[in-house]
Amino acid sequence: MTVGKDVSGLFADVLKCMQTDDLELKKLVYLYLMNYAKTQPELVILAVNSFVKDADDPNPLIRALAVRTMGCLRADRIVDYLMEPLRKTLKDTDPYVRKTAAICVAKMYDLKPQSTIDNGFVASLQDLLSDPNPMVVANAVAALREIQDNPRTKSPVLVVNTVVLHKLLAALNECTEWGQIFILESLADYAPNDVHEARNVIERVMPRLSHANGSVVLAAIRVLLTYLDYLGNAEGADQVAAMVVKKMSPPLVTLLASTPEMTYVALRNISIILQRRPDVLANEIRVFFCKYNDPPYVKLEKLDVMMRLTSERNVDAVLTELKEYANEVDVEFVRTAIRAMGTCAIKIEAAAERCVGALLDLIKTRVAHVVQESMVVLKDIFRRYPGRYEGIIPILCEHLDVLDEEEARAALLWIVGEHADRIANAGDLLQVFVDGFADEHVAVQLQLLTAAIKCFLRRPETQPLVQQVLQLATASDLPDLRDRAFVYWRLLSSGAAVRDVVAACPPIEYEPAHQLSPGLLSELVRHLGTLAAVKQQPVATVVPAKELIARGDDEDEDDEVQITPSASAASGPNGAASLPSPVPARANVGAPAPAAPASIPNLLDLDFDAPAPAPTSASAAAAPTSLLDLLGSSPPKSASVSAVPVNDDLMGVLGLGMPSSSSSATASSSAPRAIPTSTSSPLDALAGLGDLLGPSTSAPSPMSGAPGLATAVAAAAASGTPPSTKPVLLARDAGKGLEIRGLFTGPNPASGALELDFANHTSSPLSDFAIQFNKSTLGLNPAAALSSVMGTATVAPGATASARLPVVSGVAGMTQTTVPPEMVQVAVKTTAGIVYFVASVPAGWMAAIGGGAGSPTVGNAGPSVGGGLDGLLL
Amino acid sequence: MISAVFVFNYKGEVLISRLFRPDVRRSVADLFRIHVITAPQIRSPVTVLGNIAFFHIKHENVYIVAVSTHSNTNVPLAFEFCTNLVKLGEKYFGKFDEDAIKNNFVLIYEILDEILDFGLPQVSDYESLKLYVTTESVRSENAAAPGDASKVTIQATGATSWRRPDIKYRKNEVFIDVIEDVNLLMSTKGTVLNADVTGTVKVKAYLSGVPECKFGLNERLGEGAGAGAGGAGAPQSQYGAKRLVDIDDFQFHQCVKLGRFDPDRTISFIPPDGEFDLMKYRTTEGLTMPFMVHPVVTSISPTRLEYKVTVKAQFPQKYTATGVVIKIPTPPNTVTVQGLGAFAQGHGKAKYVASENCIVWKVPRIMGGAEMDLNAEAELAPSIDSNKKPWSRPPISMAFTVAMFTTSGLQVRFLKVFEKSGYQTVKWVRYHARAGNYQFRF
Repeated sequence: MTVGKDVSGLFADVLKCMQTDDLELKKLVYLYLMNYAKTQPELVILAVNSFVKDADDPNPLIRALAVRTMGCLRADRIVDYLMEPLRKTLKDTDPYVRKTAAICVAKMYDLKPQSTIDNGFVASLQDLLSDPNPMVVANAVAALREIQDNPRTKSPVLVVNTVVLHKLLAALNECTEWGQIFILESLADYAPNDVHEARNVIERVMPRLSHANGSVVLAAIRVLLTYLDYLGNAEGADQVAAMVVKKMSPPLVTLLASTPEMTYVALRNISIILQRRPDVLANEIRVFFCKYNDPPYVKLEKLDVMMRLTSERNVDAVLTELKEYANEVDVEFVRTAIRAMGTCAIKIEAAAERCVGALLDLIKTRVAHVVQESMVVLKDIFRRYPGRYEGIIPILCEHLDVLDEEEARAALLWIVGEHADRIANAGDLLQVFVDGFADEHVAVQLQLLTAAIKCFLRRPETQPLVQQVLQLATASDLPDLRDRAFVYWRLLSSGAAVRDVVAACPPIEYEPAHQLSPGLLSELVRHLGTLAAVKQQPVATVVPAKELIARGDDEDEDDEVQITPSASAASGPNGAASLPSPVPARANVGAPAPAAPASIPNLLDLDFDAPAPAPTSASAAAAPTSLLDLLGSSPPKSASVSAVPVNDDLMGVLGLGMPSSSSSATASSSAPRAIPTSTSSPLDALAGLGDLLGPSTSAPSPMSGAPGLATAVAAAAASGTPPSTKPVLLARDAGKGLEIRGLFTGPNPASGALELDFANHTSSPLSDFAIQFNKSTLGLNPAAALSSVMGTATVAPGATASARLPVVSGVAGMTQTTVPPEMVQVAVKTTAGIVYFVASVPAGWMAAIGGGAGSPTVGNAGPSVGGGLDGLLL
Repeated sequence: MISAVFVFNYKGEVLISRLFRPDVRRSVADLFRIHVITAPQIRSPVTVLGNIAFFHIKHENVYIVAVSTHSNTNVPLAFEFCTNLVKLGEKYFGKFDEDAIKNNFVLIYEILDEILDFGLPQVSDYESLKLYVTTESVRSENAAAPGDASKVTIQATGATSWRRPDIKYRKNEVFIDVIEDVNLLMSTKGTVLNADVTGTVKVKAYLSGVPECKFGLNERLGEGAGAGAGGAGAPQSQYGAKRLVDIDDFQFHQCVKLGRFDPDRTISFIPPDGEFDLMKYRTTEGLTMPFMVHPVVTSISPTRLEYKVTVKAQFPQKYTATGVVIKIPTPPNTVTVQGLGAFAQGHGKAKYVASENCIVWKVPRIMGGAEMDLNAEAELAPSIDSNKKPWSRPPISMAFTVAMFTTSGLQVRFLKVFEKSGYQTVKWVRYHARAGNYQFRF
């Protein structure tokens, strides 16, 4: 059965064995039933009687077994029969039965949420929180958390208040290791009322750090870190924090000595903890030295943590270690170790000398991957300390023949270009590359172009070489290469101060690799130990909204669960009418079959349950579950939002920095390749472009970053164009009869607005308008309820209503990598359901934000000189 | 939470598959097989495919996999659970490998059902599980009457789930084993890169009734070096010349009252019946390393490598080490190793094991303070590819056991047993120092 053979034919026969007194046999029969109940729902009914009887058995083990199994049957018909036994067992005298029944409530809720609530089972669970038995409490907590996490749950079921808190803390001391984890997790989600309470919790949780189970330890650390934040600036908070941090170090070190898998998880979490509390483990760097027989994934994580802990005091030991690692066999590990050496040199100036020496030794080994990685690392060191280690350049140039990877070749080219005045045969070296120009990778070609220009500026006798490179590059099929070549060409022929633009290389500063943004960091600290923390991704990407799992035809299947009828849309100041009843399941019914690829829900994180800044969220929160599929069926309408033809070559290049649909077709098609890797780079790039053009980009004026584009957009917005000229955001057939046109207007996000026109092409009036934005790069959010800014509350069939929705720019959220940064995903809810569309933000807004954020970064994995934009940046 | 648990063998065949929640299908096992087992390079024990997350550990010749979907699962919990499952299996049927699993299908499913309900781990303590999850042979006597069964359930969920109240022994005995695993990593230059001791206090308790025990060690009051500095002076004089030990970190069995340990540092507990690990500790301060190895490896010519390895036992003369095995790696292109025949009396035997690429030097007994040498010469096959990466020189590793000796100097000071009836208890203490990860780079 469990190896995949179908033995459901024996169902009736197995059923006969159910009445046995033999516990072993009974367990097996139950196991069989669990497996086949779904395929044979009619026959399961026959078993119901035995279950009901068993739930009354004098033997508590059998009672518990019956309840547990019934919960797992997942046949709709049986649920009604389960009610009575479950009610009885929840009040059973035996704690073992009660704790099993508590879990059973969660199972039932998963199957039939509404009837579970109607029968008062959720309320009984809440009562169980006061049970005298610690394990029952723990299981009740687990079940309630389970229900809370169910996407169909709308109101809080696990409300921790002072009374419950005390019960949880009392149970924490006595329940099993797993129970402790459940309780610690719910403590982590609780916000204490005052400093005193927070301190009390910290004191009670602290002893858990000595638990033998590593997951209890991590859960305890999660609670401690969360609660330390609640202490704020209260008196003595620093001492408490210092004490907690001190006590936290030893258990973390101990975790490293457990199984490799736990070590891996611990290391991933330590990396987060260190970003929040850098003083933890400050003296313990030696425990992170890799052992020869550590699995590779542990070694790489240890290196990461080592780099975070490296300081002037321990850099010697670290360097000695890293040299050892560079001799190992595993290529990826060796590369990471060499990169770590570079990080040491950039982070700690005093160690740079020794790092360079070590890297030179490595280069002399002539092992291909070692030399290449060292080359890339040395290039970064050159940028950090300009002019200090030029003596080694000849040695580097000797190893040209070993390099076959584009990154290393580009790095060497950068070094040659930058130091052309010191290298006598720079022209010849470049000539080698020029001869094979067509075969080079695009990154090398771009770098070669820049290097040739730099070389020319310092050694004018290489002019033929530059000529040749420019000709080759401008004849290229690659738009970004061609455009960059044209820019250089014009710069050179215009006689401008080319040297100032091209030859000035700002030294880079140390910036830790893989640094999490502050917002993400605090999110992950609150979810320490979870999958999100281990993957170091936002929680929302790990927990996508659940698609409804196709089940039988149960009438309350598609309903949203409203435990207390929540006030639907917040009535705006105009007294916008809102229907008294929450929106029923129509949205779901209208939804097409979930044909969208599974990754779609990942993209759209609307975060409906969170207390959103927009007052409309209460009503918009009505039907988030299945609707996400809609996104897949309606293609984003962003392609032609505001296409401004740009003729000038230079502007085409500038378009690289703004991968928006608002620049010329050439530029936008090349944008993805030109932008190195991270999502933040477009902003950096913009800032850099601003530098090139002269005027400061930090001014909020749309004129600064890209005058042509921004003014075009602004002009379109300001001219008070009639509604029909607004670009269509949502076509009528995609919006189920609702057509939405609109665009963002205003000079910057702070005083901007989203102007929308709603045209009702359905046969019935639409009302209850509400809007919500997904997280975007600019952190845009509506500043008012949609219903309050609309002229009318109801849009009659065939009529059109318009609204000017002011927006606010909040904290920049993490955009999903698949969504372009200038796009905002918007959801609009009406009585006809929820529709989704994508609107693009004017380029001027991006520039206004980008000017403040840009700074050339070099991390380990960050964009390096070989990257596409650097030529312009320099 | 855990949606399913699978056990695979190395070929990727499913041995155990148990789904706990409706959000996964059995077919996810194929996903795991394709993406993890047959994938040549696995970089992480956490694999996320779409919205399904796999957490796997390897043990013996099987993979144990916990699966979760759509949720921000507690990852350490999943791994601890897998490890726990393995431990339970070992306690029930000795070994958790493919054969044992195949022979105990029914039992494993029964255990799984007990320890995981709807993906939420439940009672997983062997002592309480064995009361109601019984292997075939023991079943008949334990197929309990209703009264008995409710005792079982009360115990399983109670505050002391690990102990039955009605245990009786004629002779009350406690055996304490202090086992220290010594981890050492020496650099090429002979400096200590990393040295620590992970110790386990194993207790075998054969005690009647519900005794309350108190346990004392010669550890310094106050955990960690910083706290020790404050309170170092006073207790030293109290116990005379005896050395006090700094312990970096403690981990206790769940029977130890953690609430009491934190304020006044008494280790007080109600022991389970039988054998259990009372505590684990880790220390890095004031260690006496039992052995030092001084390797000198010189390359005489491209095809000859000379080894001079000196081993010195650093523990006092009254102790002896047994089962000493030193593995000295040789390059992969070694043909033979010469000079292993001539050894002085009692210096053991050494031979070259080609399959492991190392010289294995075994010494059955070494007295404290003794010193031994090994001189050998490895003949290498000339390598054709001159550009080849040099040999990475894996570290020399060592295994040994020293009885009645602790590297940290830890001693059990007392074990007090309080029980209502006030019986006398016979107590036995043993110490062992073993090699954990004992490595010397050269």
